[in-house]
Order: sequence, then structure tokens, then C-alpha cells
Amino acid sequence: MAGIDIRNLRKQFGDLHAVDGVDLSIRDGEFLVLLGSSGSGKTTLLRMIAGLERPTSGEIHIGGERVDGDVPPRARGIAMVFQSYALYPHRTVFQNIAFPLEAIRTPRKQIEEKVRWAAEMFSISRYLDRYPRQLSGGERQRVALCRALVRDPKVFLLDEPLANLDAKLRNTARDDLKRFQRQIQTTTVYVTHDQVEAMGLGDRIVVMERGKVRQIGTPQQVYEDPVDTFVATFVGQPPMNLLDPRDPSLPAGTLLGFRPEHLLPRTVFGAGEDTRPFRFAVRRVEYLGSDRYVYGSIVESGAPPSPSPSPSPSEATIIAKLPGTIAIAIPEGETHDFAVPRRALRYFDATTGLRRKL
Amino acid sequence: MTHRRTLADREDVLGGVMLAPALAYVILLVGVPFALAIVLSFSNATAGSLSFGWAGFHNYAAILGDPIFLRALRNSAVVTVGSQVLVVILATAAAQVFRAAFRGKRVARFVLLLPWAVPVSLAAIAWTWIFDSTFSVINWTLKVTGLLHGWLYWLGDPALALLAIIIVQAWRIFPFATVIVLAGLSSIPQEILEAAIVDGAGFWRRLFRIELPLLLPVVAVAVLFGVVYTATDLGVVYILTGGGPANTTHVLPTLAFQRGILGADLGQGAAIAVFLLPFLIVVAIAMLRLARHTEVGAR
Repeated sequence: MAGIDIRNLRKQFGDLHAVDGVDLSIRDGEFLVLLGSSGSGKTTLLRMIAGLERPTSGEIHIGGERVDGDVPPRARGIAMVFQSYALYPHRTVFQNIAFPLEAIRTPRKQIEEKVRWAAEMFSISRYLDRYPRQLSGGERQRVALCRALVRDPKVFLLDEPLANLDAKLRNTARDDLKRFQRQIQTTTVYVTHDQVEAMGLGDRIVVMERGKVRQIGTPQQVYEDPVDTFVATFVGQPPMNLLDPRDPSLPAGTLLGFRPEHLLPRTVFGAGEDTRPFRFAVRRVEYLGSDRYVYGSIVESGAPPSPSPSPSPSEATIIAKLPGTIAIAIPEGETHDFAVPRRALRYFDATTGLRRKL
Repeated sequence: MTHRRTLADREDVLGGVMLAPALAYVILLVGVPFALAIVLSFSNATAGSLSFGWAGFHNYAAILGDPIFLRALRNSAVVTVGSQVLVVILATAAAQVFRAAFRGKRVARFVLLLPWAVPVSLAAIAWTWIFDSTFSVINWTLKVTGLLHGWLYWLGDPALALLAIIIVQAWRIFPFATVIVLAGLSSIPQEILEAAIVDGAGFWRRLFRIELPLLLPVVAVAVLFGVVYTATDLGVVYILTGGGPANTTHVLPTLAFQRGILGADLGQGAAIAVFLLPFLIVVAIAMLRLARHTEVGAR
């Protein structure tokens, strides 16, 4: 059991700053998700914690012990699960799981016990004599987790372990993973580009972009209170709507942001609710079963739709996400009265992208 | 624009046409002499005479009772096995070196491939100087470093001469094997090697438990080539020792050449030359089966 402290960590590959001054404190037993698109530096950060990559500068402490210098991966008390699972193809499932134990010269009998215990935990006992190639993707993933588990690591490092599973399996695998982590309560760092995974798994999420940390917070904080427009549009599907309202009551250069699920027909809101109305010129409605996505643009609130190509507040595509429970007909090509609750409005600086508290 | 089918459209015919030159080459220059050798091994034909009579298994009986042949057979086995063991060890080590990034890697790789590209005869002549009884650079080096007190007559002593042959054969095959092993190494996914590192395996454990088992099919192919190259090679032994001293370092090809061409006994020379064939076939089948058996992804 151990927390991880990362101080001003940098990694340069030539001119590229893969990780650019990251400070991070991961609590003991925490499930922390590194979320970012490819090239954001999340995997490099994970590999530096693992010891597979040497930092250019900065410090990494695992359980209070500084490891960034010459401490090899095997001495860091970590276990890692790779995206491809990296099972040894010439060894059976049993031999795969036993490998880390053999490496620390565990007595044969103990290896046997430990492998069987771990296999039991992930219900793969019947596959112990098989080779990785004879297993399905989900089974391989569990073997990889088993192999990581038997080492009794202080820290689990997971590099997109669900990315190679099909969508259906991913949901159950996510649930299994979370349950397993809660059970063993080992500090876990999980890398993903999938925000659904990040939201569903993380105690906290670290949103990374171009080597820098943009925001650290619980899934709720990251989703509801994004610190800037990058996080606002990166997290959430569809992303947060941003528009320049040209509203004289707001300071100049203020962007207005709101989540698609908060933009609803005005009639939905009760009379007592404080809302900001919008005239929503609907272009297209997408029926998705549980939801309807309504695509369009905002016309100056209250004003009639501009008959000429006079500048409208924002031509940006705005998306409203209506739950299936709202049955109001929304014809395409017409302008409708929509509104957003005031509590759901977020303000950003148009030039810096940073959040503005108003 | 013609609407008729051209030759290029007719894959059945085109295939035959394109294969024909290669096929003709194999049949005329490999197949015919090979069949002729088998026929000759059952005859009493001699060079310089047109008489041809069947001798049955007489040639085979004669060579099996001949101590020089038996010694050549043993030498062939010793040289082949010895050089291949050396090659596997050296090639695996060299491949590890060449996998790492270092300055001058390109030059080193070029130099590595030289022994393979140099004509055997030239290389063998150079080696005769290295093993020379007076000027041997090996002896002088050992003397200077104080490791040698007497003197080694490399090509004059049967055991040392055999060792010299093994060294030269290994030197010849080693670059080729290294390239093959390198290709095999690069086919092992990086994540598997990293997983082994994270799992706590040190260099030797990674090498013997992960890399070598995964390399086995590729190494088997390299060894198969090496065995065939070495077992059938005439040039190295012929130039280095000529089968001497006193016929103690003959291998089958040199003995076949001595008996069949220099000694004019075509029948016996042919018998010696084809003697190894069944063994090589068995080796080839065994190696290919091993390769298929251990292939990643195979049952």
C-alpha cells in the first residue's frame, strides 16, 4: 500500500515535451485515471512511474521512497497491465501468472497456491493449462490482471486494458475491474482515452493535454466544473456547447458553456425555475432510442430569426440532448424556444479558454 | 485497345511461363547431376574411361570398411555440430548487441556481413595465414599476452586442425544467422519484453525464459541453413588442410572429391558424396517440424 507523489516531472523526446512539468499526488488506495487523447503524455507518465522510461527531470516517489533515479521496475513494487496484455505466448496461463513469482524465487508450492488463488478470483481456473492464443480477449485480459495481482504490488499501473475488448464486454470488464480494485484497495493508475471509462472508474480523473495536466478532480468536478474550454469539450459526449452570446450583461469576450442535456424546450421547465432562454434554430434531429440529439444554432434570444445574413450571435453548431421521456415534437428547419437553467451555465474567457466565475 | 485476352490475363499459362527458367535451371544443373551421382554411386565408372558397369552396393560396402571414410564421416558430424553450436551462441549474443542503439552501428552491421559476402576461397586462404605454423597471429597474440607457453601447430595437429575448421565454418555462417536472429528478435512485441521487465525478470531470465523460447523457430531455420551449408562445403577444408595431416581432417565432400575426381574412382566418390543425403533430409524434416511445433500461434 502506497501513495505516489510526482513533482515537476518532465520527459523530452528530442524537441517533443511528452510530459511537461506534471505535479500529481496520488492517494493510497486511490483509483486515479489519466485521461487524454493520443499524444497527451498520459502513457509516457505511466511508463515513467513504471520505470520503463527515464524522466528528463523531476521526482517520483512511491510509498515515500524516491524511485525516479536508478530504481529498476522490479524494485518499485509495481505491476503493470499492458494494452495488448503482453502475455507470454509460449507459456500456459498458469506459467504466465507464475512468471513474476518465479522471478522473485518463490517456492514452488507457494507459487501453485498463489496462482490458483488469483485464478479463482478472476474465475479463470479452468483455463490454467491453456495457451494465451486459445483464450478470448476478455479471458486474456483477466490473465493479465492475475499476473499483475500475484506480485502483491503496491501500485497497479493499467495502460488502456479495456481498449482491445469489444463494446459489450467492456462494460462488464469495467465493472469487474472496479469491484476488484475496491476489494484489494491497491493504489491504481489507469490510462485511457475513453472518457466513459474514466468517469466510470476513477475516484479522480487527471485530464492531460500536450504533456500538461489541465484538471484534476472527481468525475463530477471534471464534468460539471471544467476549468477551461479544453476540458469542457474533451469530457462529455456530446461535448459542452460553447457560444459567444454577445450579451451586454456579460463582460466582453465571455464564452457561454452548457451541457447538451441542459438545453431543453422551454416548456419543460417549471415556472419557478431560473432559466436563460434561447431561440434554437433546429437543423436536424437524431433519434437514438433513449435520447434525441437536436442539432442547430442559437439565434439571438427573444429576437425573431434574422431574415438576412446579418451576423447572428454564433453560427457554431449547438447540440441539445433530450431524454426519451420528453416527447415534445421538434420539427426540423424551424426555430424553437429552448432554455438552459441558470445553475447549469458556465462562463469562459474567450481568449485564454479559462473558466470565469461570474 | 485490344479486347482479346493477352498472355498477362491468363494466369494459368503465365505462371508456367515465368516458372520455366527457374525450373529448367534446377532440373539441368541440380537435378541431372544429382541423379547422375546416385546412378554413379552404384557403378564402377572411372574417370578417363567410358566403361560403365553396375557394381551394386559394392562402393558403399567399400567405403563403410574404410577407416578414412569413417573418420571423414565423424569429422563431418563434429564440424557441423560444433560450428552450429558456436554459431547459435555467437549469433544470439551478436543480435543482442545489434539490437541496442550505439554509435557506428551501421558500419558495424556492414562489417558483420562481410564474412558472408567474401568468396569462400579467398577467406579460406586468409585463414590459412591466421593458422600458419610460423606466422599464426593467434599464436603470437597468445604468446604476447602470456597465455601460451609452447606453440600451437594449428593445421598440423589433427585435433587443432579440426578446431580450426570449426572456427572458420562458424565464422562463415555466423553473419547470416545473426541477421536471422535479429529479424526474429524484432518480431517479439516490445510490450512482452517490457512485461517481463516489470514482472521482475533480469537479463538472463528474460533471455532464457522469454526471448530464446520465442526465437526457437527462427533459430531452427538458421541452424538448418547452417547445417546444410557446412555439411556440404568443400572449399574451407580443401584449402585449409586439404584433408591432412595424413587424411585425418577429411570431411565427406573433400574425400569425395579426392576419391572421385583426383583418384578417378567416380563410383566411390559418388557414393561418398550421396552418403550424407539421407541424414540431411532427416535433419531438415526434424528442424522444420520443430519450427512449426514451436511457432507462436500454432497448435
